[in-house]
Amino acid sequence: MSKRIDVKDLNVYYSKFLAVEDVNIEIQAKSVTAFIGPSGCGKSTFLRTLNRMHEVIPGGRVEGEVLLDGDNLYESGVDPVTVRSQIGMVFQRPNPFPTMSIRDNVLAGVKLNGKKISKSDAESLVEKSLQGANLWNEVKDRLDKPGSGLSGGQQQRLCIARTIAVKPQVILMDEPCSALDPISTLAIEDLINELKSEFTVVIVTHNMQQAARVSDKTAFFNIAGTGKPGKLIEYAETATIFSNPSVKATEDYVSGRFG
Amino acid sequence: MTTNALRRQGSKGQAGDKIFSGAALGAGILILITLFAVAIFLLIQALPTFSANPALITGGEGFVSYIFPIVIGTVIAAGIALLIATPVGIAVALFISHYAPRKLAAGLGYVIDLLAAIPSVIYGAWGYLVLAPALVPAYQWLAENLGFIPIFAGPASQTGKTILTAGIVLAVMVLPIITSLSREIFLQTPKLHEEAALALGATRWEMINMSVLPFARPGIVSAVMLGLGRALGETMAVALVLSTGGLIPSLIKSGNQTIAAEIALNFPEAFGLRLSELIAAGLVLFVITLAVNLIARAIIARHKEFSGAN
Repeated sequence: MSKRIDVKDLNVYYSKFLAVEDVNIEIQAKSVTAFIGPSGCGKSTFLRTLNRMHEVIPGGRVEGEVLLDGDNLYESGVDPVTVRSQIGMVFQRPNPFPTMSIRDNVLAGVKLNGKKISKSDAESLVEKSLQGANLWNEVKDRLDKPGSGLSGGQQQRLCIARTIAVKPQVILMDEPCSALDPISTLAIEDLINELKSEFTVVIVTHNMQQAARVSDKTAFFNIAGTGKPGKLIEYAETATIFSNPSVKATEDYVSGRFG
Repeated sequence: MTTNALRRQGSKGQAGDKIFSGAALGAGILILITLFAVAIFLLIQALPTFSANPALITGGEGFVSYIFPIVIGTVIAAGIALLIATPVGIAVALFISHYAPRKLAAGLGYVIDLLAAIPSVIYGAWGYLVLAPALVPAYQWLAENLGFIPIFAGPASQTGKTILTAGIVLAVMVLPIITSLSREIFLQTPKLHEEAALALGATRWEMINMSVLPFARPGIVSAVMLGLGRALGETMAVALVLSTGGLIPSLIKSGNQTIAAEIALNFPEAFGLRLSELIAAGLVLFVITLAVNLIARAIIARHKEFSGAN
């Protein structure tokens, strides 16, 4: 239950402004791929094009192809709603639905589009998803309490549980640990390692150590200057990017000389 | 040396702080005093009514049987107004905040706000001259086809000046209040929650249902209560549109009366006991409005744990 993503000649725009230029990348199934790069280089913007969340922003549009196991996400007649149920997303700040209980938060995506689920199936899905997000033991006695009462790290794992409950092919994570303390960060990183046995994971991170710890392959994005489009500079095995990159800019960035 | 370097030096900036907190406290107290003073005024002026001989009260059977029909009339008119204005107002607000293209949304929002600026006497005149005659055929149809339901019992009014017409005019008047407040709140929904729903594969309507409406619920309740306040207290429009009479269940015959219109129509010629009778009616209206507000607050408080404020 996971698919690969191939991106071909993708240009990403905000209205007329070209934000990310000419990206070609192949993301393997059941692997963790990290996007790193300085602020404003377009890595988050690019990540959002992989499940058509980019077009939620007014003026957001793309040119080019994104293929999920060969099916183009941007072909006419493709419904973004279907795309997003196959390619889930975890955001920078934890965003459980504040008016829903922990249980309803996990089931939120499952009940969409008029789908019905029996009570016993729902119970086992809630347990399985929360266990998958390493949160079950902490919340099993208070599933009816609001999700917003949890700590930041727990809320983020609740969001991951909500995402895996809909059984997506791919999980996109947009700096999932940037609002969390080190211990919660560690919990999420462990979780990412477990998730890749079942899902394709793509993670944007500002933290290079994190990229080195969790990812199999790493893509380095950069911009030439303000107002210029972001570009994919180098994409390789994580070990290669951090020890022996082939582009000078990558080496400068991972060794801490800028960014 | 016993001087503490952290001890407060001089009073720079202190004065501003004190003035501001004094002004804020004063404003708060002023509101309480005003509310209290109005309540006292109503109570004192109304007192003679309650101790008077029941036979001397209008209608000749005491204050309760005088006030009861017009309380019901007030509630019916305001109820009709909210029944129409709430769903329409929320739908229009959602259209402006989440469906309309941005240019259209700005223009539409502006027009809705303009509706709120029209004086109520204009609405009354419009209801009297345009809406009431236009509704006559509809009322006749209702009386013929649905006349077996008590609220549509015929024969229908030939002028259209009924409590239903008054309720519709009130609905148009409270619509901008409900719409513009709801729209403001819908627009404040955190992007984060909207995107959470969309990223799970929600359609636009499901996204609104999952993130926008739950977030906005307390605000919608407040907006409806403000609308209800206006509908309950509205005088001119009802006085012009409604052809008054005793309490009757049919909404399409002339009859019924509201408290505000009753006071306005009779106040200029009232004196003595009649005057305190009308003020007692005002007191009843005041209490109804207060009760409605308290109930609304209780409804909001019941969902506090899940409000997202924690």
